[in-house]
Amino acid sequence: MVETLSSVSDPEIPVLTVLDLGVIREAIEKDGIIYIKLTPTYSGCPAMDVIGDDLKKAFSEIGKQAKVELVLSPAWSSDWISEEGLQKMEEYGIARPLSESNDIDVLLNSKKLVKCPQCQSTNTHLVSQFGSTACKALFKCDDCLEPFDYFKCLK
Amino acid sequence: MSNLYNYILTIADNSLILAQRLGELCGHGPSLETDIALTNISLDLLGQTRSYYQYAAKLKGEDKTEDDIAFLRIEREYKNCLLVEQPNTHFGYTIGRQFLFDVYHLMLMEKLQNSPDETLSAIAKKGIKEVSYHKRFSSDWVKRLGDGTEESNQKMQEAINDLWRFTDELFFMTEAEKAMAKEGIGIDVSTFKEKYYKEVSEVLKEATLTVPENKYFTKGGKEGVHSEHMGYILADLQYMQRTYPNMQW
Repeated sequence: MVETLSSVSDPEIPVLTVLDLGVIREAIEKDGIIYIKLTPTYSGCPAMDVIGDDLKKAFSEIGKQAKVELVLSPAWSSDWISEEGLQKMEEYGIARPLSESNDIDVLLNSKKLVKCPQCQSTNTHLVSQFGSTACKALFKCDDCLEPFDYFKCLK
Repeated sequence: MSNLYNYILTIADNSLILAQRLGELCGHGPSLETDIALTNISLDLLGQTRSYYQYAAKLKGEDKTEDDIAFLRIEREYKNCLLVEQPNTHFGYTIGRQFLFDVYHLMLMEKLQNSPDETLSAIAKKGIKEVSYHKRFSSDWVKRLGDGTEESNQKMQEAINDLWRFTDELFFMTEAEKAMAKEGIGIDVSTFKEKYYKEVSEVLKEATLTVPENKYFTKGGKEGVHSEHMGYILADLQYMQRTYPNMQW
């Protein structure tokens, strides 16, 4: 089961599996059917439909039927991303979420705390509070000049 | 139809129509960053709308789906307030509309999260996290434009002056809202009216803008009597389902 679940990745951040991301709240097998409870990162996240379909497909490939249910409560938090997931994310070029109060400071551009995933400098600044997806903000490094995504803290 | 069903739509339709308005800016925002931000906000609102409509569809039964509620109602059946249907006249106007709505929206979600209705509470808890970001974005821009150049200040002031008359309707209680508040499931929005105007005024002052003193307010949207803009919004929104019934992506 875990093996099949971890074969499904986030379509937007393909290095992260659904387990790394912490969106699987429950997966149980009953009478030969796999029941999965999936929680969305953001309400309107279009990746959720894709993840649901990918899960069903992954289980059908090992001859199992999966039923996916979307649950809203408790609401997903960026704290649920595993440490392994955070490391993979950084290697992929996305800065990891900061604590809630630091997150507000960096999103208002009042402190320089976000570490550039390319050169590790914290001499970075906010370009846009919203990035390529709702869960990320756009930053730029003032040392190596590379733009990058920052995964926002959601609590 | 039940009060709960109507109550859900009163909240959800605001999100749908505002999402549609913001969606119009996809590819047309004044800069890449603001374009992405506004459409991301649109997406959050649309996600929230879906959760509400799925719940409403379940209550209605009769094999109704969220799509029936979104696409197959007539204008008088939409319960959104007049504020959210106002057009994207210019960026300052879009920001003003967003700001005046976000402050209200967050206060509503903060109350709704304590509703004994588990679904509404779950949607609100999820929504709070997103709406906090929206409010931060819009109030930040109100300050930047208000406290910006002479022209941006003037445009922001005109936008606030013009949109002000729609703010009172946010606190108008429909029959469904009154009934649900009485049952303890819905929120008596009048309880945070004062808090709303206080917070809005504080941001406007920080933005070096003048708080309008206009006491002429207009309402109607929440009871289905919309402004001239609504028909155009629905024509755009409903076109596909009306032309190709039951089509799916």
